Amino acid sequence: MDGFGVSLAFWVLAAITLVAAGGVMVSRNLLHAVLFLILTFVGVAGFFVLLSADFIAMAQVIIYVGAIAVLVLFAVLLTPRASRDNGETRWALPGVLLSVCLAAIFLFVIHDTAWKTRDGVPQGLSASDLGTALLTTWVVPFEIASVLLTAALVGAIMLTRSPEEEAEDALA
Amino acid sequence: MTPGIEHFLTVGALLFCLGLAIALSKRNAVGVLMGVELMLNAVNLTLITFSRFTVSPNPIAGHTFVVFVLTVAAAEAAVALALAVAVYRNRETIDVDRLNLLRS
Amino acid sequence: MTPLFLTSDRWYDIRDLGNLSRALLDAADKILPGGVVYVLAALIGFVASFLLFVLPSQLIIGVYGERRIIGRMQSRLGPNRVGPFGLLQPIADAIKLIQKEALTPTQADRVVMYIAPIIFVMPAVLLWAVIPFGENMVIADIPVSLMYFLAVSALPVIATFMAGWSSNNKYSLFGAMRIVSMAISYESPLVLALLGAVVMSGTISLSGMVAWADEYTIWMVFVQPLALVIYFICVSAELNRTPVDIAEAESEIVAGYLTEYSGMKWGLFYGMDIGYALAASGFAATVFLGGWTFFGLEEWVPGWLIFIAKTHLFYFLFIWTRGTLPRLRADQLMAFAWKFLLPLGVFNLLIVSTERMLWAEQDYAKGLIYVFALVNIVLSVGLVYAWARFNGYRPERTPTRPRLVKQAGGYIPVGERP
Repeated sequence: MDGFGVSLAFWVLAAITLVAAGGVMVSRNLLHAVLFLILTFVGVAGFFVLLSADFIAMAQVIIYVGAIAVLVLFAVLLTPRASRDNGETRWALPGVLLSVCLAAIFLFVIHDTAWKTRDGVPQGLSASDLGTALLTTWVVPFEIASVLLTAALVGAIMLTRSPEEEAEDALA
Repeated sequence: MTPGIEHFLTVGALLFCLGLAIALSKRNAVGVLMGVELMLNAVNLTLITFSRFTVSPNPIAGHTFVVFVLTVAAAEAAVALALAVAVYRNRETIDVDRLNLLRS
Repeated sequence: MTPLFLTSDRWYDIRDLGNLSRALLDAADKILPGGVVYVLAALIGFVASFLLFVLPSQLIIGVYGERRIIGRMQSRLGPNRVGPFGLLQPIADAIKLIQKEALTPTQADRVVMYIAPIIFVMPAVLLWAVIPFGENMVIADIPVSLMYFLAVSALPVIATFMAGWSSNNKYSLFGAMRIVSMAISYESPLVLALLGAVVMSGTISLSGMVAWADEYTIWMVFVQPLALVIYFICVSAELNRTPVDIAEAESEIVAGYLTEYSGMKWGLFYGMDIGYALAASGFAATVFLGGWTFFGLEEWVPGWLIFIAKTHLFYFLFIWTRGTLPRLRADQLMAFAWKFLLPLGVFNLLIVSTERMLWAEQDYAKGLIYVFALVNIVLSVGLVYAWARFNGYRPERTPTRPRLVKQAGGYIPVGERP
């Protein structure tokens, strides 16, 4: 994990990710906030590549940038008269204060703990190992996750039906 | 300075707290959802960091956990956005300050 | 799986230009610090692949060849005025686009409108990084190349949306929404089709696919023709090409998300239409058509020539469907993706998984794969036919001759006039 390239990559990625996350918070336009969110997702995918988790990095880009960001954009589009100025609520200041305190606690704990780290890259981190693990040790959560996805799919379709479509399919 | 476990964990913690600040302070419901997605991303980053850096007999368990978090995040984003659109159709707003029918 | 190739390791072996670049990079690694040699590798790879392979293909075959071929298919000449046989047409197009004023509407979002073509260009350029041109000629041999393709194909969707939104134009927004919903509906069958290829070969990396094709001396297209057909249709939809191009020429008659784009910004969109089509053809040539191998011919002919030939063969399929088929409506497109292609993809995955399991029990016997290929070809044709009948598509018999209002004294066809 050493080398000039790795350090450069880490600092550049950290800068991009944190500045983009700050941009989500600060920008005055909801669409710009979504674009900064996409940049954050790509930055986190870069971190995954740096941590030898290449399958998860690609899955992150496919799922988050390819699907979830598009969903968010669609939701912004389908609510035309909602406020698009990315403004804050009345409880903004206590919320920010709370997260600052939480950040202080996290940073203290991170730097105070004596982590027992390993030296090299762990061995069994390839995509085939992930596939084996998902289908042997963790097969029950895998199946439950697929049921969950089906339920979410059906639920999302059902929630956004207009009353005419519901009347069409009602059991008369 | 080569990045060690503390650097990655710091980035994860900062992302999580930024996501929390966004989720607590945005007026638009879609903005709140964006904060929640940032928090889930930070959690994924922390899990992968631990899987990579700590000594364990089964480092792939961190990755499987991340796969499940990705799945649940996708499902939750879909349902949350469908909810937001449905609420918009009824109330003409998705301003979290004005969705207060349960109060008093 | 060790590949059985016989190209040598000498740096002057022209059959594999990767040897030359590898020797150069090894020499550079001793001089430069740390990981900077990766930057040099990326630059060399970009220059080599882009200038030697991609740019000539894009200019000659894409802009000029496509329009000539479509013209001939439609019984007209293509562009033939600009140079000898019209060969300078791409240069004329480029000059025209550069000297045009790139108008930006007043109320439009300038920054987003500027960035959208740049993000649209990114997949076409990024994809060439993982495609193997020859044995050592991969710029980045990552172990998850196939998912890399899926990841970068999610980027044009975002770029389309940005372009449509920032133009501050209702029609742009509608066009962009339609295209984005079409693109995300065609992503699921695409993933399923590629998943079939992954299951059969047991590897996600593209060089692994080529090694599989060489080891078992069969192309993936013979083992899974249905996967190739689904891939072709889905990639046509991702690229907004006819017959699924509700982007370009429909969208309430104005040009959809490209309405407010002119000059070189539009030129970037148009050029990357071709560029991304070539990259997707290169990807299909690697996964389905065996990459740079040709049943042993790659020991005499350079592998990258074989690869280029296969890429352009696949790109000809794109041109062919564009010149021949009419455009589909938006709701027909969605119905086709969700009700027809997605279940076909799932059936394909079921069949492939069963065969892979049977194959593993026989310890990967080489003869068995040919049996599977034959069975799969027959099954695919039967499955498409049966599923179409199940969904209610009936094949058209010969259309009846139009019986016009002859009795009412209307137009009488020439053969029936008394």
